[in-house]
Amino acid sequence: MIPEWLVPTILTIITAATPLVFAAVGEAVAEKSGVLNLGVEGMMVIGAFAAFAVGVSSGSAILAILAGAAAGLLMALIFGVLTLYLMSNQVATGLALTIFGLGLSALLGYGFVGKTFGGLPKLDIPGISEIPVIGPIFFGQDFLVYLSVAAVIGVNWFLFKTRSGMLVRAVGENHEAAHSIGYSVTLIRLGAVLFGGAMAGLGGAYLSIVYTPLWVENMTAGRGWIALALVVFASWRPWRAFFGAYLFGGITIIQLHAQGLGIDIASQFLSMLPYLATIVVLVLISRDTTKVQLSAPACLGKNFHASG
Amino acid sequence: MLYWSPMLAVVLTILSGMVMFALLDVNPAKAIHTFFVAPVSSLDGIAELFVKATPLVLIAIGLSFGFQANVWNIGAEGQLTIGALASGGLALAFYDVDTPFLLPGMMIAGVLGGMTWAAIPAFLKTRFNTNEILTSLMLTYVALLVLSYLVHGPWKDPEGMNFPESRLFHEAAQLPVILEGTRLHLGGLLALLAVAAGWVVMARHIIGFQIKVIGMAPMAASFAGFKKARIVWLSLMIGGGAAGLAGMIEISGPIGQIIPVISPGYGFTAIIVAFLGRLNPVGCLLAGCLMALTYLGGDNAQIEMNLPNAVTGVFQGMLLFFLLACDVLIRYRLRVVSKKVPEAA
Repeated sequence: MIPEWLVPTILTIITAATPLVFAAVGEAVAEKSGVLNLGVEGMMVIGAFAAFAVGVSSGSAILAILAGAAAGLLMALIFGVLTLYLMSNQVATGLALTIFGLGLSALLGYGFVGKTFGGLPKLDIPGISEIPVIGPIFFGQDFLVYLSVAAVIGVNWFLFKTRSGMLVRAVGENHEAAHSIGYSVTLIRLGAVLFGGAMAGLGGAYLSIVYTPLWVENMTAGRGWIALALVVFASWRPWRAFFGAYLFGGITIIQLHAQGLGIDIASQFLSMLPYLATIVVLVLISRDTTKVQLSAPACLGKNFHASG
Repeated sequence: MLYWSPMLAVVLTILSGMVMFALLDVNPAKAIHTFFVAPVSSLDGIAELFVKATPLVLIAIGLSFGFQANVWNIGAEGQLTIGALASGGLALAFYDVDTPFLLPGMMIAGVLGGMTWAAIPAFLKTRFNTNEILTSLMLTYVALLVLSYLVHGPWKDPEGMNFPESRLFHEAAQLPVILEGTRLHLGGLLALLAVAAGWVVMARHIIGFQIKVIGMAPMAASFAGFKKARIVWLSLMIGGGAAGLAGMIEISGPIGQIIPVISPGYGFTAIIVAFLGRLNPVGCLLAGCLMALTYLGGDNAQIEMNLPNAVTGVFQGMLLFFLLACDVLIRYRLRVVSKKVPEAA
């Protein structure tokens, strides 16, 4: 017998995990190319704002999603120009991107507080989407959930099965070697950073048009940072990032269900769970120094200039 | 160029700010005046500037040590919160006691509170090699939730009509005002002391030297026998302690009780202050005053021109971008290169 809470719980885990999947997979690609972009939170929140603003003004969900991705990409472009062409410190630039993104989205989003957006239509195949359990979970999601799974498959294939993916990994492992045989380290990295930005923007878009279809200041609430932790947790592998995101989605929604089950703990303590879990997971992963050194891109966080 | 770059960044930020205001259909000249000039055209305003600069300067000096050693403590906001809670808890525990020892006790509690919160990333970094950027930041969210729990629960004022606020602190738990008629309090002097102490440690003490060597040449540092773990601990303790003290100063100075929002992001802004001040205590003092002005300007623009005070964050982010971009000029020189092939004579 299937308990009646099972399906709604899994459905909420999926909506909580999807933004993390987008952001973490995008960041994994950027980090594979050797660029540590700590601005995921800023790119996500700008993506969330842009998607919501365009969605509300135009009424079109497709335009909203595209706007989210484009806004994340533009933010990543700022980061890319600064770190790759002006050789600024990646850690500091990423922090600046986050502060700037949170401020700019709050400023522009001022007029959108209190509005709502209709959300995304869900897949509905007559007959199949009604199958108990399997139907709603596998055949009743919105377009972005399927896109997030496709993105994981696609990125995994790209990184490990294609020549271009190998180049991305090559500039991340040893930028001097890649440069010496004639590849443009800067351009490959810029591409990876922009992809990461667009994906973070999509994650933000999912937050503001599906997860909570309204605009609130700082609505990402640290999810960009959790996505960064997930990349470490996943040892820079897209599939592990995907499962990590679902694990965190599960932890996030515990707080919603614990109160329903009558557990008497102040809500603040339950809200701490995702952050504490991130710390615990990071500790477990990074304990083994050699393993981290083997799986982390060797040039992660190091700037490259052709002059040496 | 090391010192010209921040000034160039400020000029560029103001210029882009004017473009931004123009795009938002706001008169740029008037907005810039409201933002950067009007708030400090009175004695009261200048006092207010120092009130806001105090926590920024303190935290930024503390963080500079870590940033020089490549220890990225970005959780100062959480350390500030825990420092405020530790000292505020002491003030509430001795609510009815009027003793001159309460304020010093609160200062110690604040410093220890901030240090405790920073000790977690320090321990995890040195023992398990865990990335301190992510742990210190995650702990910030945890600290803010602890604060929220306390003001909504056990520490709520029993006579406070159910508002999520603690009792107002007693006279003995409040920092004395040092400029009659304004809110400028003793904390401002503490920040100046921190500038002096920070400069001495950084420029004249072996600890400052070790921190700089570890940051610039880790190999040389390990050949010289400098212990990396010790420096990680030291820089996180200095940063956490300074942030905790800033938290104590906030609640016992301008605020005077524990409220759900203690700091408008001072812990994050201090990161920008540290960079803008070139990780140098005296620089942090100047940069802290400038950043304090963006807070005052944001508030003023909200009152006078009905602009959301999130403009502050935009200015702060832009300033750091331009600063990082201008820093390229420290190591590289712009030259006009003619692409034409010289003709044969």
